[in-house]
Amino acid sequence: MTLSRIAPYLQAAPLTLILAAFLVLPIATIVMVSFWDYDSIQIFPDFVFTNYEETITSPVTWRTYLNTLKYTVIVWAVTLLVGFWVAYYLAFHIRSATMQMVLFLVCTIPFLTSNIIRMISWIPFLGRNGLLNQSLMTMGLIDQPLEFLLFSDFAVVLAMVHLYTLFMVTPIFNTLMRIDRALIEAARDAGASAFQILTNVIIPLAKPGIAIGSIFVVTLVMGDFITVRFMSGGQSASVGLMMANQIALLQYPAAAANAVILLVLVLLLVAAILRIVNIRKEL
Amino acid sequence: MTSEKRGPGFYVLTAFFILFVLFLYGPLSTIFILSFQGPNGGLTFPMNGVSLRWFENLLFEQQAVGDFGGAFSRSLLLGLMTMLTTVVVSLLAGLAFRRRFLGSGPLFYLTIASLIVPSILISLGIGLAFNVFGLEPAWYSSGFGAHLTWTLPFGLLIMFAVFNRFNPAYEEAARDLGASPWQTFAHVVLPIILPSLIGVGLFGFTLSYDEFARTLMTSGSFNTLPLEIYGMTTNVTTPVLYALGTVTTLFSMAVILIALATIAVLRKRRARRLAG
Repeated sequence: MTLSRIAPYLQAAPLTLILAAFLVLPIATIVMVSFWDYDSIQIFPDFVFTNYEETITSPVTWRTYLNTLKYTVIVWAVTLLVGFWVAYYLAFHIRSATMQMVLFLVCTIPFLTSNIIRMISWIPFLGRNGLLNQSLMTMGLIDQPLEFLLFSDFAVVLAMVHLYTLFMVTPIFNTLMRIDRALIEAARDAGASAFQILTNVIIPLAKPGIAIGSIFVVTLVMGDFITVRFMSGGQSASVGLMMANQIALLQYPAAAANAVILLVLVLLLVAAILRIVNIRKEL
Repeated sequence: MTSEKRGPGFYVLTAFFILFVLFLYGPLSTIFILSFQGPNGGLTFPMNGVSLRWFENLLFEQQAVGDFGGAFSRSLLLGLMTMLTTVVVSLLAGLAFRRRFLGSGPLFYLTIASLIVPSILISLGIGLAFNVFGLEPAWYSSGFGAHLTWTLPFGLLIMFAVFNRFNPAYEEAARDLGASPWQTFAHVVLPIILPSLIGVGLFGFTLSYDEFARTLMTSGSFNTLPLEIYGMTTNVTTPVLYALGTVTTLFSMAVILIALATIAVLRKRRARRLAG
């Protein structure tokens, strides 16, 4: 009987140990190092607030955080809009379960391929001599290639939407599939229009999925640096990119202070989402 | 809802869905086509002839920069390590969470936190921790751990979905027939959840194989494949970059299809066995 009592602890131990070693300990290290001092060649233990002071008082930091928030809001809005309708289409308009599964897999397979390759693949499409510019010029819509397509904020947002919409589709699809179809029948029998069914029945019931998708997208965009660096051609900034640059310059304590601020901000955003929507019953 | 006529909304959303799928796959197909660019072709259209020049260049010639073969074998091995660990650890944790135990709440939130803490923080944190403890970061130690922080939450969430739907009557029946706990697990539980475990393995492998941000500061002196590809983007200006993109994407697709086919076969076999 004792074995069955300690069994869950033994079973949970590997997960606990891995997360302790590679999540808790590293974040504790970041917090510790954020109070350390550094010069151009090394970092040394100390307890100073200069890293935070320098980060918070620098106008560059504020601009970068605002820019990151701008990306977050735009990408969140677009992925929510696109993701919801894709999930809605799969859940309510596709009638055979096999077809539903196949189309859902079609939507999720790119998620399991390389992000870097998916970013690179926009180059022949959006570049100065890219497919889009060539077609627009052939059609006579423009005389000169559009320069804003690649290496711009537009390209960053487009690539993020391309990479992250799946994180919205999957949880929303999941909640939509669980909606009892009898509720929709009942609403229709009671005289509700399609739009009323959507706003009064489906969207309220889809909220947990929307919240989970939003948490994914918000945290992914807030911490992103590779998409911003690659798709903006180094012309735009994000918090992640700022950290990556500080890391490259071996300014670890500065990067760590930045990381702590970013983490607090991300956790506040997640907490805000969880306050609005209760996702517990979804898990 | 099934016997109704299709309204205009259906056609609008079908068009929208087709556009979305084109948006997902269109760019990938352009680099697929461009990787067959002629020997004098460039990084954009038009195609300057059709050839296998860039695949040949990728696979058989020494690159000016980078080590494609080495990076691929490291990523493959790391992916397999991550896959096996993710399957075993998620399964064990999934079993643990079927019962109440002290600390299950915090452990659950910790796992979710692992998913939402930005990747670059994990990367920086593990890099710093290894630095502070005087350890040398390497893809098979710090990189391996960094990948697990990304794959384990997915694995655990899939196990939750599995065990929420699992009917305990099967286990009770086995126990009533005198099966030991181990026999119940090995002959009843495991065969039922096997397709889902393959799904967990698929996530573990592909997420690790393509992982970039968490590997950046934790891979030590040898690059994994995504880091190698990223390095190539800054100094390779020939379609060999696209050839590499095509090869690795086809590899990922093959892994995905093999996993999905295995799951389908297992499901079918089980359905047949239950029927017969």
